Amino acid sequence: MNLAFLFISALTVAGGVAAVALKNTVHCALALTIAFAGLALLFLDLGAQFAGFAQILVYIGAVAILVVFAILLTRGSETPKDGVYSKRWPAGLVIAAAVFAVLGWAILQTAPRLGQDSPAPSVSVVQIGQALMTRYVLPLEIIAVLLTAALIGAVIVAMHEHGRHEKEEVK
Amino acid sequence: MTPLAGFLLVAALIFSIGLAGALTRRNAILVLIGIELMLNAANLNLIAFWRYGPHPEALTGMMFAIFSIAVAAAEAAVGLGLVIQVHRHARSTDLDAMNRMKG
Repeated sequence: MNLAFLFISALTVAGGVAAVALKNTVHCALALTIAFAGLALLFLDLGAQFAGFAQILVYIGAVAILVVFAILLTRGSETPKDGVYSKRWPAGLVIAAAVFAVLGWAILQTAPRLGQDSPAPSVSVVQIGQALMTRYVLPLEIIAVLLTAALIGAVIVAMHEHGRHEKEEVK
Repeated sequence: MTPLAGFLLVAALIFSIGLAGALTRRNAILVLIGIELMLNAANLNLIAFWRYGPHPEALTGMMFAIFSIAVAAAEAAVGLGLVIQVHRHARSTDLDAMNRMKG
């Protein structure tokens, strides 16, 4: 429970709150980037260098940019006139607060028995690569197939349908 | 409070923030942002349990987190592709206005 942890978690939580609460969608995407960066710092604080840098590459480098592109393509930065929150937002807020209450209660109940402070394990990228190539080679292959399928699927889903569009314009 | 409990509490808080975002916003992209936050909170839990678990040299939690990051990236690509297609079809990303399955 040191100062760095408190600072990084405050930054991450603030970024997360801003990402879901701000009115302008582009500001939300920028706040989301801050939350992702804070999470990457938390990973580094935990001694998981590889996961931390993968988080920066994948989330800040790809997912946040993808979100910005989606906002641009859907003109989502225009604030709708009847508010940015759903009609039943109090129910959603109550559900989220209840989930946090249950999770927090469970954590605080078991807190004294949870892992004590231990010396940080030193894990090199070589060890991770060897584990990926030996014990985790099957999940790695499945992830490769999944990523290929997701890539093709996303392109097909978002592809411009020329035939239908032209017909609509004729009408 | 032990360090692990601190990390778990932060992850629970981020998860709840993401859930609140997914349940209260109208814009489909903001709902996806909430889901991404929830996935990230789960990753933080995995890494924290790996760090303070009895066998960190086995790398299990770390591997789970890395694969989870890859799956989340695929989910984001497909989800945002769907949002763009829905916007092209309905001229809106407002989830309150989407009340029928038929196109």
